[in-house]
Amino acid sequence: MQEALLAAIQGAERFAGQSSVRTWLVGILKHKIIDRIRKASREPSADPTASKAGAEEIDAFFGSDGHFAEPPGEWQSPEQALQERRFFEALERCLQALPKNSAKAFTLRELMGLETDEICKELGISASNCWVILYRARLSLRACLERSWFSGGARRG
Amino acid sequence: MSMAIRLSCKEASRLISEGMDRHLSFRERVVLRLHVGVCDACSRFAGQLAFLRRALSVLPGPDEPEGR
Repeated sequence: MQEALLAAIQGAERFAGQSSVRTWLVGILKHKIIDRIRKASREPSADPTASKAGAEEIDAFFGSDGHFAEPPGEWQSPEQALQERRFFEALERCLQALPKNSAKAFTLRELMGLETDEICKELGISASNCWVILYRARLSLRACLERSWFSGGARRG
Repeated sequence: MSMAIRLSCKEASRLISEGMDRHLSFRERVVLRLHVGVCDACSRFAGQLAFLRRALSVLPGPDEPEGR
């Protein structure tokens, strides 16, 4: 598994191309991912309480009636954000704010493009647990990006 | 997941996310579409998750021309 990941990381590096933002970010993320994998391999398997904690964190995004506590707002020119280095810095800060397991699962899924069954194996969790963790990560990241970028404060600053 | 015909935003947003990681059943797709079709919040949520995936996919990808 780790060898496959390292190969994927090397693949990502090869494709980094000339774009400075990408090179920069791939470099940072690559080191973080390697760090996390090293740490994870030393630690006992995934936190068994993770799913309960996850459920509570998910509940916090919704009212008791099942509506969003803070409904997603309209995002202005998201395509333009992809051209801006500062947007990716904001995204990186949001990724760092995720709980460890969540960040790891999300990174493996969205950055390395692994399927959930591979992520389950890596994290030692069930598939349904994996989907919940990814859901929680997306809820958090979406809210974080809205707060830190799309609400307008950060980009005009 | 047992589901009523009418989903809450909490159930719908979970299906939107899970749909990015697994194949949704026919029933799940139908009830999700019924909800998202009338719910601005979940419709935005779905678009923003798709954008999030795109933002991460442009990172290590090959250099494609910027913009359209």
